[in-house]
Amino acid sequence: MKSLRIFFLGGLMSYRALFSFMSPAVFIPTLIVTPIFQILLFAYIGRAANARSDEFYVVGNAMQYAAVPCLFAMTQTIAGERFQQTLGYILVSPAGRLPLFLGRSLPVILNGFFVAGFSLIVGGLLLGVTFPVSSLLPLALVVLVASLSCTGLGLINAGLGLRIRETSVLSNILVGILLIFCGANVAISSLPHWMAQISSWLPLTHAIEAARTVADGSSLTSVQGLIGRELGVGVLYAVAGLAIIRFFETQSRRHASLGIA
Amino acid sequence: MAAGLRLLGFAWLMHVKMMSRSAFDGLLAILWPLFFATVAFFMFRTGHGHSALGPIGLAAAVMGIWTATSVPASSALQRERWFGTLELLVVAPSNFALILLPITIAASTIGLYCVAGTLLWSRFLFGIHLTVVHPLFFALGLFASVVTIGSLGFLMAVSFVRSRRAWSIGAVLEYPIWLVCGFLVPVSLLPAWVRPISWALGPTWGMRAIREAAYGGAPLVPLLVCLALAGVYLALGVVMLRFFLDAARKHATLSLA
Repeated sequence: MKSLRIFFLGGLMSYRALFSFMSPAVFIPTLIVTPIFQILLFAYIGRAANARSDEFYVVGNAMQYAAVPCLFAMTQTIAGERFQQTLGYILVSPAGRLPLFLGRSLPVILNGFFVAGFSLIVGGLLLGVTFPVSSLLPLALVVLVASLSCTGLGLINAGLGLRIRETSVLSNILVGILLIFCGANVAISSLPHWMAQISSWLPLTHAIEAARTVADGSSLTSVQGLIGRELGVGVLYAVAGLAIIRFFETQSRRHASLGIA
Repeated sequence: MAAGLRLLGFAWLMHVKMMSRSAFDGLLAILWPLFFATVAFFMFRTGHGHSALGPIGLAAAVMGIWTATSVPASSALQRERWFGTLELLVVAPSNFALILLPITIAASTIGLYCVAGTLLWSRFLFGIHLTVVHPLFFALGLFASVVTIGSLGFLMAVSFVRSRRAWSIGAVLEYPIWLVCGFLVPVSLLPAWVRPISWALGPTWGMRAIREAAYGGAPLVPLLVCLALAGVYLALGVVMLRFFLDAARKHATLSLA
């Protein structure tokens, strides 16, 4: 019962307290308006380059933008404790680490889902891209899975944030890497072989492919393999992230470096 | 006059040094446009083949000047607030515009690192050779772009003086300026109502001047328009700054505390 309270209530409280983008003055420009401009930018570049259809860029960029809230929020809600000088209190508490840190990821996943879903709808409306009604529910599921796997990467980022000072720089670099590698704007088949190999181990790659397939009218069962792989990648990153957090916690106790920012 | 120029020069140098050592203002400002340049290279290579990449490399390089400026410039005053130096700077005997302008020009100067970085990136990773037909005009085009983007940043810094979250407004303007100023997308491809906005933006003309200089066109007119727009942004910024500072003194709201 206590673990459930920590997971749900503690997670939500930490998220609201530490994720600074929740203020409307930041949330609206960065998580509502910017993804729409990213979609427009790449859709127009695509037109100028005579590369792909608008739908390709709407789906790719809306999904890719889930990475921004997931990476930044996950890092801020965990590594942010260090900057608020409350990390010590959290780590000496008897609370289980799993509900303590995983609980914070739940609002992050939901926010990522909202941002990507909103971008998909508004970006589609602006560019006249329509999706079959039958594809809406499968699309929602794929977006949710994408947010989950990005949050897994966010946990790794958060773990590194317990040691690295420039967390926003690191988050931006990860977002940039995903932009190139995950097939948001360039089909994986058009990337060099070594890049395509890396992309299959990154979050979003399989989800974007699945989203494009269901947006074209295919059924959910036809993409279950892709969804499964995306989930697998997300779980893998989440486990690695929790291990990194655990490692840096142990290291910081051993070297008395907990609060060093 | 000499004292004003001296202040501009020293403050610019000091801020360039500080920003160069900042991971966010320095390193990220160089890396961030490289991600977009790489994606654009792949997109154009898919659509038009390798021959189309030359102008794209040049455009992606100049985009970096705006990236380096948009967030640091819009949040320049807020940063001074955090440091606790805003009040001291405002009450200093020097004109506050001469203190603020070097910050935004320094930010756009950092963009030159990005220009160099992106040109090297496109040369060594994508084999794009840039041959400049008018080197002098090319250099002047870069100088004018830095000045006009720095001046636009100055106007933004002044405009967002009342916002505690000014950085987010700067961040949201990054993509629209890339799009509207015709860096990677020809302005003719955008809706007709966007074109007048594009013409009123200095980076549009800076990019045009650089492109004309590189490929042997007529860079003089865009260069002059680019510098003239920088003058307009500066004049507007100075007038607005005086108004905002007077209001802040009257209502004791400078610190927004």
